[in-house]
Amino acid sequence: MTQTEGAVAAAGWDYSPAPERTRPDIESEYGLFIDGEFRKSRSGKVFDTINPATGERLARIAQADEADVDAAMAAARSAGPKWARMKGRERGKYLFRLARRIQECSRELAVLETMDGGKPIKESRDVDLPLVAQHFFYHAGWADKLQWAFAGRPVRPRGVCGQIIPWNFPLLMAAWKLAPALACGNTVVLKPAETTPLTALHLARLMQEIDLPPGVVNIVTGFGETGRLVATHSAVRKVAFTGSTGVGRTLMQETAGREIPLTLELGGKSPNIVFADAAIDQAIEGVVGGIWFNQGHVCCAGSRLFVEESILETFVSALRDRMKQLRVGDPLDKNTDIGAINSEGQLERIRSLVRTGQEEGAILHDVQAEPLPKKGCWFPPCFFTGVQPSHTVAREEIFGPVLSVMSFRTPEEAIRRANATPYGLAAGIWTDKGSKIFEIASRMDAGIVWCNSYNQFDAAAPFGGVKESGFGREGGLHGLRAYVR
Amino acid sequence: MSRLEVVKTGKLWIGGKWPRSESGATFPVTNPEGEVVARCASASRKDSRDAVEAARSGLGKWRDSTAMLRGQVMYRAAEMLEGRAAELTEALQFGGAGAAAARQEVDASIDRMVMLAGWCDKIHQVLGCQNSVAGPYHCFTIPQPCGVVVAFSPAEPALLSLVTLVGAAMSIGNSVVAVAPPQAGLAAVLLGEVLAVSDVPAGAVNILTGNQKDLVEPLGGHREVAVVVSGGLSKASRVAVRMAAADGIRRVHAVPWTGSAWEDDEETCSPWFLEQFVEFKTLWHPAAS
Repeated sequence: MTQTEGAVAAAGWDYSPAPERTRPDIESEYGLFIDGEFRKSRSGKVFDTINPATGERLARIAQADEADVDAAMAAARSAGPKWARMKGRERGKYLFRLARRIQECSRELAVLETMDGGKPIKESRDVDLPLVAQHFFYHAGWADKLQWAFAGRPVRPRGVCGQIIPWNFPLLMAAWKLAPALACGNTVVLKPAETTPLTALHLARLMQEIDLPPGVVNIVTGFGETGRLVATHSAVRKVAFTGSTGVGRTLMQETAGREIPLTLELGGKSPNIVFADAAIDQAIEGVVGGIWFNQGHVCCAGSRLFVEESILETFVSALRDRMKQLRVGDPLDKNTDIGAINSEGQLERIRSLVRTGQEEGAILHDVQAEPLPKKGCWFPPCFFTGVQPSHTVAREEIFGPVLSVMSFRTPEEAIRRANATPYGLAAGIWTDKGSKIFEIASRMDAGIVWCNSYNQFDAAAPFGGVKESGFGREGGLHGLRAYVR
Repeated sequence: MSRLEVVKTGKLWIGGKWPRSESGATFPVTNPEGEVVARCASASRKDSRDAVEAARSGLGKWRDSTAMLRGQVMYRAAEMLEGRAAELTEALQFGGAGAAAARQEVDASIDRMVMLAGWCDKIHQVLGCQNSVAGPYHCFTIPQPCGVVVAFSPAEPALLSLVTLVGAAMSIGNSVVAVAPPQAGLAAVLLGEVLAVSDVPAGAVNILTGNQKDLVEPLGGHREVAVVVSGGLSKASRVAVRMAAADGIRRVHAVPWTGSAWEDDEETCSPWFLEQFVEFKTLWHPAAS
């Protein structure tokens, strides 16, 4: 911080409120999207989707049970042959159309995402939505090039794909799942998370607008049981799941014997390693983005920070200063850095893990600069020092804005401790020394390694983990693999 | 005066050493006439855990060897196979194969090893890529070994299937625990003896013989195992592997080939078969300062 900026901050100057004023058209009730149209669940059951920043209900959502999942599967199956036979170029043009409509509606979708999930509008507007559109654009172009994608191997679609997605990047995860499946000529039954179903359902509206053939995409909303019905349905020829390692484990067991491909994108406890020879200011920004992006609701969050011992004190002090600048509050305010925690349940889990961290002896560093809103789910950013490798906060995925800071003395120690976790999703490495970065990157047990960067995503870049973070890749050429045979 | 024959008891190959089974148990190898011509060690659950530990310690040296060196070692293994072709042919005949078919399988196995050896320093170029991301970053995806691979090979083709599974896993830089069923026991022992004199680092390949069904659960559920490939397990055993592997979210693959399908070079040496022994790592680095 320069002296001038310090003076301004000391004088108590602050940002004025900058609310995003666009309001999406939210209906009071949403049906299931089956065979190109919205319909009520057979049972008539509905559930509420809540704005976690206000605690208010946004809409009632149909809850799919077995009969509804059967209907969605039947629609996907009957739409399959025609969609698969269609010229790749034509199939691609549907995806291009969809990508364009997403761009045109991106502000409404971003606001809707923020209202339903709690993430800051800055992120849904500048990260989620551009990536959603990019995923459809990128994969649209693959639809007519699949014969060249895999050396010496002509490929065909697999059939009906059952896809289950989480609540942390609701529309982006829908795009990650849908775009490669559709480009490869498959049809889909998608199950969004129960706390964040709205953007997927608005995406379905866009599919109607662009005349996507009915049944190519079907969306069934509901809870875990609906997801289980989708994953285990006899019509399904490929299962893709993003979510917790616990559910991934269950899905692996429940689909045993089916011998259909399964891809799992699960949890993580990713290390972010900062060497003394790193560009420290950039590393601080990388660490901040690595853990506090999206309230820490990120499977690849850099939730274990390893700092070389010689710079530990100065680094922690700089991190504390930077954390104080983060603005927690109204997700629809354009200046908000940290929005609402996605749900009451998740908030309770974060609180409980942080309590455990304190009880086990780690030292909590938090800030409470401004009073948090009275209603809604909030948890300010924080980090722990004095963390032992055996501490719960060093081992368990918290999925919240909570960082565990540890130190190391040698590169060998950094590698050993970074890999000492059952997970293996991502890793960050900060150093200006090229040979060191290549050596450490090659030895990380992780599917993604961000060197002098963190939390970068792209439709062309394969994403996915090793060990208990799951298997299979999403995005890029490698992401097509599971959707062809 | 007739001479009393010395009957060989084949041993397990674990960590570069030749232990008998920890349990002491063996099974007989018979010729088509039903005469016992040899015995092989029957691996216990404890042996299988020892083999995984050995594979874990042997992994680093094999993985970190240059691809060129790994290719040379595997080609050396092909040379050694050629030198023991007669003995291997005889072993396959005990399993019931005719002389010509047995020799043909040995020849195919030698050629398979040569083909897979050649992949060591090429597979990365076929399976890896640069990703043109929408930002100022160098981004590329590289294939890396998974770690410890467990391979259950089928009864037949005893040698060709084992060479294919072991060779494919080796070519990527994985370490291997191969488990051959009793019918393939003698061929498996001989393959171990060949690899043992081919500069394969201790523990990079481990070969067990015995009842596969007993080892499905301890190997499938072992946390140091990255991938389990089944080339001949029953459906019930394949389900059991997956149930055990689910605990640690380990990769499980079933090879669909039976019988002569293993002879197909195009399929068995395809990068899309080798891909099952690969983990992809995506690396990002800023491209602008």
